[in-house]
Amino acid sequence: MADASDNRPLIQAVGLTKIYRVGVETIHALRGLDLTIERNEMVAIMGSSGSGKSTLMNMLGCLDRPTGGTYLLNGRDVSRMNAKELAQVRNEEIGFVFQSFELLPRQTALENVELPLIYASGGWRGRRQRALAALERVGLAKRVDHRPNQLSGGQRQRVAIARAILNKPSILLADEPTGNLDSATTAEILALFRQLHSEGQTVIIVTHEDEVAAHCQRVVRLRDGRVLSDLPVAKDIAGRHLPMIEAAAASAASSSGKAGA
Amino acid sequence: MLNPLFWLQAISLAFSQIWANKSRAFLTALGIIVGVASTTAVIAALTGLKARVLTEFESVGASKFFVFPNRPDNAPRNMYPWEKILLKTAEARAIHDECTLVKAVTPITEVGLTVQAGEKTIEGLTVSGIWPDWHEVENRFVQEGRPFTQIDVDSERQVCLINADGIKELNLAANPVGEAILLGGRRFMIVGIVETVQARFFGMNTSSAEIFIPFSVAEKMQDRNFFMRIEGLFKSPETAMEGEDEVRFVLRRMRGLGPGDPQTFQVAAIDKFITQFKALAAGITAIAGGIVGISLLVGGIGIMNIMLVSVSERTREIGLRKAVGATPMAILLQFLLEAVTLCLVGGFLGIAFGRLAAYGLTKIPGAQLDQADIPFWAVLLSFAFSAATGIVFGMFPAIKASRLDPIEALRHE
Repeated sequence: MADASDNRPLIQAVGLTKIYRVGVETIHALRGLDLTIERNEMVAIMGSSGSGKSTLMNMLGCLDRPTGGTYLLNGRDVSRMNAKELAQVRNEEIGFVFQSFELLPRQTALENVELPLIYASGGWRGRRQRALAALERVGLAKRVDHRPNQLSGGQRQRVAIARAILNKPSILLADEPTGNLDSATTAEILALFRQLHSEGQTVIIVTHEDEVAAHCQRVVRLRDGRVLSDLPVAKDIAGRHLPMIEAAAASAASSSGKAGA
Repeated sequence: MLNPLFWLQAISLAFSQIWANKSRAFLTALGIIVGVASTTAVIAALTGLKARVLTEFESVGASKFFVFPNRPDNAPRNMYPWEKILLKTAEARAIHDECTLVKAVTPITEVGLTVQAGEKTIEGLTVSGIWPDWHEVENRFVQEGRPFTQIDVDSERQVCLINADGIKELNLAANPVGEAILLGGRRFMIVGIVETVQARFFGMNTSSAEIFIPFSVAEKMQDRNFFMRIEGLFKSPETAMEGEDEVRFVLRRMRGLGPGDPQTFQVAAIDKFITQFKALAAGITAIAGGIVGISLLVGGIGIMNIMLVSVSERTREIGLRKAVGATPMAILLQFLLEAVTLCLVGGFLGIAFGRLAAYGLTKIPGAQLDQADIPFWAVLLSFAFSAATGIVFGMFPAIKASRLDPIEALRHE
């Protein structure tokens, strides 16, 4: 759990490299990538396919280990941990949100949200209240007993987000969270991310859509396994997609208006 | 390491997986169901048979013994001619007089005679010659009239005992005591009616017509070298071993056998038959165990197959579980638990079917298996074997699941 008085950055990746071997071919997915993310940032990671964006997400989410370099998460070196230790870090520090929601079809929304507690090393008591609280935060308090096939796409993604924030993770890591949603629902989900961010949650969104990135504070663009640019959102998008910023600003205004209401 | 919630959900998940794929689970577990059911049915039948046979032996009496003539193994025929081996009346007398551990003893010889009663004639009816002790040895007493006495034997009286079936077959009066019948052309007076015993396994007693005459009379009606057996009772089952030794000693002395000479007769106490039968039953149980082993092997391969299918179907789920913090061990245990649950459900159904079969066995008329039952140890063993099958054959798929790379798993279509 993040310690608020800790001055070290939340994420400190130095010289990350990742080499895959596919048959005789060697693929350098990351070539010495440096990245620092502070607490309570809302960052978009962008890049075309093959830029190393997915590989970086897997590293940040502790799903994979780098070939070289170090990754300090909350000051702990997670780049040399074994599978069991990584599982525990994922359980406690990372909340994943996936493009295709990844809900268990036969379980209710509540049971889906409770899933991380099954693998928690302790503190599983009061799980029902915690899961209900998480569902309430994403606005699904009335859908707790519904199964995924009884929910809309946006509601399913809300359940997934509730599951991700259940253990109060250091990072909410979303991989193309709106990729399977229509634009109206996309706006709702992005507003939810912004709301969680405003409540102190660090959010990292991996996306290839500028509309999504426009909702973040900071945009990190990758190319060929390195950081191409790392700019505040205004500078990143300025001059290139001005109408998009306006649209994002408008949607932000409307959703914050909704949140206030 | 793993919290109670994990076990709770893993077990409920295992059952919900089976429930969600009922027909598939049933077909998969069929090998185990059939294996356990057939084995428990065999064990049930054996248990019934054993109970039946042991009751049988008990009714005969645990302290009963038999003496038969017996040619020594591999002995040349000319050294041991049959007439030297056959038991003699004097030998029965010696056992009666000298063996202190013997309570009652009777020689028995059977002779086929033509029996005539009024109009009715039966050819070749088996008539047994006995001593009065026979009543005690066989535990069969008279219902009407009187039993044989020593005087009947000593004075070679032409008297006979008959059973109810004999009365029926010869069309005699309901109580024929005092009436005379012709046995082999000689006139015998019926002095008593002996109890008929239920049909037994070994044909020692049957419920067909039976006629008994004094041994001394039967002896006269036999050929010169006739076959007889000796049956007797020891004073108690506890001294049966010593009693056998005593009988053996007396007979060896009577026959003038030296210390190195082989036995020309055989003394067998009922407890020996019991031991032999128990060994036979244990052998059949072991074979049944072998059958269950083979069917569990086949069933286990089915389980392994379906678990591999399950792992591949649920690859994304495994990926997700890993992403939210499931350790490899947690995944392994979950799939192992599913395999074990599937096997245990199969084992449970197998025992249920086996029980049904055992119940069916008890209802087969004439099969004499009314005591067929599945003993508790067989139930426990079936569950243990089923669980072991689940662990052994579930291990490979479970390890496969636990080693899945979460990234690959989440990308799986």
